[in-house]
Amino acid sequence: MKKIMSFCVGLFLLLGCEKKDCCTNLEPITVTLQFTHNWDGIPINSSDFTTFKFTTEHGEQISIEQLRYLVSRIKIGNFEKNYQLINVGENTGLELVIPQIPQGNQFLKFTFGFTDADNIDGIYPDLNSTSFNVPMMMGGGYHYMQFDGKYKDSNNQNANFNYHTIRAVNMSNPMNLILEDTSFEVEIGTFELSKNTTIEIKMNVAEWFKNPNLWDLNVLNSVLMPNFDAQKMMSENGRNVFSVGTISN
Amino acid sequence: MNCSSKEEELYLPITYNLEIPSLFSEKLIAPVIPANNPLTQEGVALGKKLFFEKLLSGDNSQSCASCHNPQNAFSDSQQFSVGIDGKKGIRNAMPLFNLAWNFDELFNWDGSEFSLENQAFEPVRNPIEMHATWKNVAQKLQNHPEYPTLFKLAFGTSTIDSVLITKAIAQFERTLISGNSKFDRFLRGETSLTPEEESGFNVFMDEAKGDCFHCHGSNNNPLWTDNLFHNNGLDTNFTDLGLGAKTGDPKDNGKFKSPSIRNLAFTAPYMHDGRFATLEEVINHYSEGLRFSSTIDPLMKKVSQGGVQLTTKDKADLKAFLLTLSDFEFINNPNFKNP
Ligand code: HEC
Ligand code: HEC
Repeated sequence: MKKIMSFCVGLFLLLGCEKKDCCTNLEPITVTLQFTHNWDGIPINSSDFTTFKFTTEHGEQISIEQLRYLVSRIKIGNFEKNYQLINVGENTGLELVIPQIPQGNQFLKFTFGFTDADNIDGIYPDLNSTSFNVPMMMGGGYHYMQFDGKYKDSNNQNANFNYHTIRAVNMSNPMNLILEDTSFEVEIGTFELSKNTTIEIKMNVAEWFKNPNLWDLNVLNSVLMPNFDAQKMMSENGRNVFSVGTISN
Repeated sequence: MNCSSKEEELYLPITYNLEIPSLFSEKLIAPVIPANNPLTQEGVALGKKLFFEKLLSGDNSQSCASCHNPQNAFSDSQQFSVGIDGKKGIRNAMPLFNLAWNFDELFNWDGSEFSLENQAFEPVRNPIEMHATWKNVAQKLQNHPEYPTLFKLAFGTSTIDSVLITKAIAQFERTLISGNSKFDRFLRGETSLTPEEESGFNVFMDEAKGDCFHCHGSNNNPLWTDNLFHNNGLDTNFTDLGLGAKTGDPKDNGKFKSPSIRNLAFTAPYMHDGRFATLEEVINHYSEGLRFSSTIDPLMKKVSQGGVQLTTKDKADLKAFLLTLSDFEFINNPNFKNP
């Protein structure tokens, strides 16, 4: 056994050497992911919160008061991060610095929310500490997104909305919840990396209200967590929100 | 002479290990203990003595505990506490527990003080509270028969100043942990809830009913608060701007820190101005008393109708659940009582 091991190590070293000989100086590089947010191209920052600045495709004016969401299984090259909570209002989690990525063509993808395999009730202390949980009566686990604010209703009065996305749950029989994983994978694309690179990942927040499901906030505004159909529609609309932005070195 | 000063240099106080409830260590990130003020047994003991020390006030009549009574989970049963000159403030004294788990370290109803050490400076010199000067307080303690020795044991110097006083108090405050209510024991599998308590918990967690968990914690966040600032719909116009007065941003007007809903059995009256004497009034507020203002939190539902209109049974159950978070061991803990 010992002999085999040392043989392996020897082989590894040899191969390692060979690689270095053929390819001059391929130092690993650092990739920085930058999460930015916009409304059909108009940037959204925390300073744009709590003012009626944006209008949904359906025609409701809205003001954003909270926008935080979770991306998981962030993968590029040989790197994988379990999850990251992005909080636009508090300006936290907007950047992810990934050192030691090999040069060459690398594919970047992540999951919006948690897949069922990761969406396990109460096991992430940092997410518990910031109250990102979903009650057990709705299937437990964690929110994917909390997006809250106000909209002008059909009488032009201010009304509240809570666009919270979670694993879809049908609660009609509380003793037998029907759950459906509504997280989804976002494939950002392949990048040819030869030096330290910043990749902008854009979320067009307007897309959450657009397509394929044109969203009428007068109808669907709050108590969406236990609304199975609403969760499925939000998940569908989410497929179009992310895109790649500026790539800079 | 040389010898003894060397001993002084070598002297190290004994580390104090916080007894962290298992639910906290399982569910939450680590408590905040500043590197420049680690907990020591001597520091905590000194902090406790100082917390109950009336010499900290201008006329030696009031201590921190005068407004933060252990029997009331370190809050004040009066709506507005009275300072040494008989003056009243405009806010209800806050209960003190699990403060080391306030991860953003923003204290007071409006988050006006960063860190427990800084917070402790304020009541002593506040003219409507203890109305003293720190210089005088330090002098009084310096002339006291015991304190110089106690400071030497805790901090290695017998020269007393405001920085060391507030450090010791903050150490004691971090030991005030409440994590052994009936609901905690239920979560640990040691007891069961009555049907009313259980359905009250469901009202609390149900987005269509109480929807309290978005701000006030849950079985997965045993602090039972998010320690963040919200406007929960108490007023249309604000006499106290809360967070807005601190930040100067009108978008923050009327926002106050969500209090923990632990120990409500001991902390009446409720809200930043102690406007509600009973839990029934609190629950009625959320159910049908909400008032609209531009900064009201989006989580407040059906504001135009005053709220979600809980049924009489839902209200009674919710109250029964809230009371399961009363921690009698905490208010009776001899470690937290006047020495
Ligand atoms: C005269 C009554 C009074 C006295 C004496 C007093 N406090 Fe307070 N305390 C209050 C009130 C009222 C508040 C809420 C203040 C606010 O929000 O503006 C408060 C808030 C606090 C808080 C914030 C808790 C939180 O969760 O944010 C801490 C900590 C505290 N006091 C500690 C102390 C200490 C330590 C002392 C003694 C040095 C002390 N207090 C003396 C009335 C008092
Ligand atoms: C949007 C966040 C939010 C939600 C949701 C919420 N609260 Fe509160 N709660 C607060 C804030 C903020 C305060 C303090 C407000 C003030 O004093 O101005 C508070 C105060 C309280 C208090 C008074 C505690 C004390 O020590 O004074 C109780 C009790 C309470 N809430 C219970 C509930 C219950 C029960 C529900 C659900 C029906 C609920 N809350 C929903 C944010 C919230």
